[in-house]
Amino acid sequence: MKHVITALVQNTSGVLAHVAGMIAARGFNIDSLVVGRTEDPELSRMTVVVVGNEHVLEQIRKQLEKIITIVRVRDFKEIDYVERDLMLVRVSAPPEKRAEVVELVNLFRGRIVDVARQSLTVELSGPEAKLEAFVDMVKPYGIRELARTGIIAVQRGEQRAKERNEKENS
Amino acid sequence: MSKSTKTTSKQAKGYAGMTGADLFHKMLLAEGVEVLFGVPGGALLPIFDSLYETPIKFVLTRHEQGAAHMADGYARSTGKVGVCIATSGPGATNLVTGLATAYMDSVPMVAITGQVTSALIGNDAFQEADTTGITRPVTKHNMLIKRAEDIGRAVREAFYIARTGRPGPVLIDIAKDATSNILSEEPDLETNLPGYKPMLTGHIRQVKAAAEAINASKQPVLYVGGGVIISEASDILNKVAHRGNIPVTTTLMALGAFDESDPLALQMLGMHGTAAANYAIQECDCLIAVGARFDDRVTGKVETFASHAKIIHIDIDPTSISKNVKADIPVVGDAKDILEKMLPMIKSKGRKDWLGQIAKWKKAYPLHYDTGPKIKPQQVIESVGRLTDHDAIITTGVGQHQMWAAQFYGWRKPRQFLTSGGLGTMGFGLPAAIGAQFGNPGKTVIDIDGDGSFSMTMGELVTAVHYNQPVKVVVLDNCYLGMVRQWQEMFYERRYSATEHPCPDLSLIAEAFGAKGIRATDPGDLDDAINEMLKHDGPVVLAASVEPEENVFPMVAAGKSLHEMDMGRLV
Repeated sequence: MKHVITALVQNTSGVLAHVAGMIAARGFNIDSLVVGRTEDPELSRMTVVVVGNEHVLEQIRKQLEKIITIVRVRDFKEIDYVERDLMLVRVSAPPEKRAEVVELVNLFRGRIVDVARQSLTVELSGPEAKLEAFVDMVKPYGIRELARTGIIAVQRGEQRAKERNEKENS
Repeated sequence: MSKSTKTTSKQAKGYAGMTGADLFHKMLLAEGVEVLFGVPGGALLPIFDSLYETPIKFVLTRHEQGAAHMADGYARSTGKVGVCIATSGPGATNLVTGLATAYMDSVPMVAITGQVTSALIGNDAFQEADTTGITRPVTKHNMLIKRAEDIGRAVREAFYIARTGRPGPVLIDIAKDATSNILSEEPDLETNLPGYKPMLTGHIRQVKAAAEAINASKQPVLYVGGGVIISEASDILNKVAHRGNIPVTTTLMALGAFDESDPLALQMLGMHGTAAANYAIQECDCLIAVGARFDDRVTGKVETFASHAKIIHIDIDPTSISKNVKADIPVVGDAKDILEKMLPMIKSKGRKDWLGQIAKWKKAYPLHYDTGPKIKPQQVIESVGRLTDHDAIITTGVGQHQMWAAQFYGWRKPRQFLTSGGLGTMGFGLPAAIGAQFGNPGKTVIDIDGDGSFSMTMGELVTAVHYNQPVKVVVLDNCYLGMVRQWQEMFYERRYSATEHPCPDLSLIAEAFGAKGIRATDPGDLDDAINEMLKHDGPVVLAASVEPEENVFPMVAAGKSLHEMDMGRLV
């Protein structure tokens, strides 16, 4: 099962290595790990997609909290959230196929960000399933290059994140 | 390093104009550092120049691993933060074993390493190693400091992190130019740790739930770990145990946290624990784990561990809870705080049947050994215990001698037994004893060692002689790597693969190093030899030639349940 965990981290050297090292050393399986700046220049946000059962999720969350330079950890297990994954994909599109590919891009509400004689580059964002469906559809035309950011996520609205320690103690 | 947005209320005065090394030196003094263990080197020259005239006792060791274990032994025996220092590259890599040892056993330590000049970092410079990268998995925290202005803050953060929460080693890697540069302005000493909030107090609702479970139980057992020693909770533990009439078993790390002469004491549990402790765990209906982490050497086969019991787990580290064994009632926080809150809630109970059952187990299956024409290793430990009135500080290496020491010394007080429990570091004993002696002048400090373990760090005997530290070393000399040999005997048809080794006369080696050497080969001479050792005012090595193929029993083989003990061939 997949879980999304986000962490606010201090912008210090080595924090990414620390997280990656901990994940590897403890044998956790992750799908993606994304780091980006936040509105606070001292802090970055990491989004980790973890594969495993509840026990694994709990351990990885606690282990993340234990890292000194990690300020706050939240998992989205009981919180409604919005997730997005951004993909850039260069698809083979010779002139005779171009219209078909463009139609698919439009159906998926993607954007064409670069056009060349033999290919198109498409920008597509959304939940994972949508991106994968698009990849399936364009595969027959030939994928020349593909890059994805991995999932980032934020909660919906103003729900209060469950304080896990409170829960542990309740 | 990001610049702190916090107020500079802690702005220091009077540091501008001095070198980073002088600031570093002043910060060590401000943290109350009394003794510093280490080896100098190129990247540390500015620091050692600043230390030239210092009130801090500097202890030059033979090897950086020795420095780390000394800082560790100092910390374990006193509860203060132990400090060690090593140069860049090989100096830093030599510290790694010591850091990992301290990390596994939650020992408060600060390690300082020199780093090459900041402009050279990443260039494969002479004696350069990625120290923060290498030590990240074996430290509680580490940091690379490239500017003199950051040194003060880093030192304060390091000591704070090392000694609070679940303690552990913190490493500061300092570029050489950061120590030689002159501070152009007053440094900001404010710590900036927004993500570090050690949980110190237990949640009262959880404490109540735990107390209710204990009161409702018929056959409870306290399973006590090193956390009780770290949080200075031995006295309150004793009160809780006696109020509820709850028998207590201590892990290797907790030996001394509960007086073993107490009728409620079950002594050690686990792979080489007492039968009474292991049976009690398997039969109990309520297991109260305090500052322990359900290590595989303790639990045996985890599925059958205390399988009838409601499990209460008190620990300051949330990652320890439900990691190996699912806790029914977790209580996160400091053991002392939680036990203090719990004490008034515990109902006084007789528990006659349960204590009667335990007394039967103790009587039927005591720790025992047979004497013979050769000295038995257990006999040595028992004699040392008796002749030191169970009052000495004991360190060990790792292996059979460590387990016999744990079983036969007779533990009375916390911080009395210093051993590498988690990492199992051979060679820990002698340097840890030297460190403990520096922290406890006038106390008897004895390293009970094996010939294999002792050989790994015996060069530090020179350090003991150099600084006239009267540590005693008792080597159980069997010319084997005994614990591995025991496993080969029991599980690999006595195919002794690479476990036999030549046996130099360690007493002569001690003499050559400037210490006193004693050799004991006859059981009849053992007490005299130990007394001679204890009387000598200076470092001594007592090499006792012991029965070479003696085994440690009871033993729970790897993967077996705790109640499936092998009591040894003599039962």
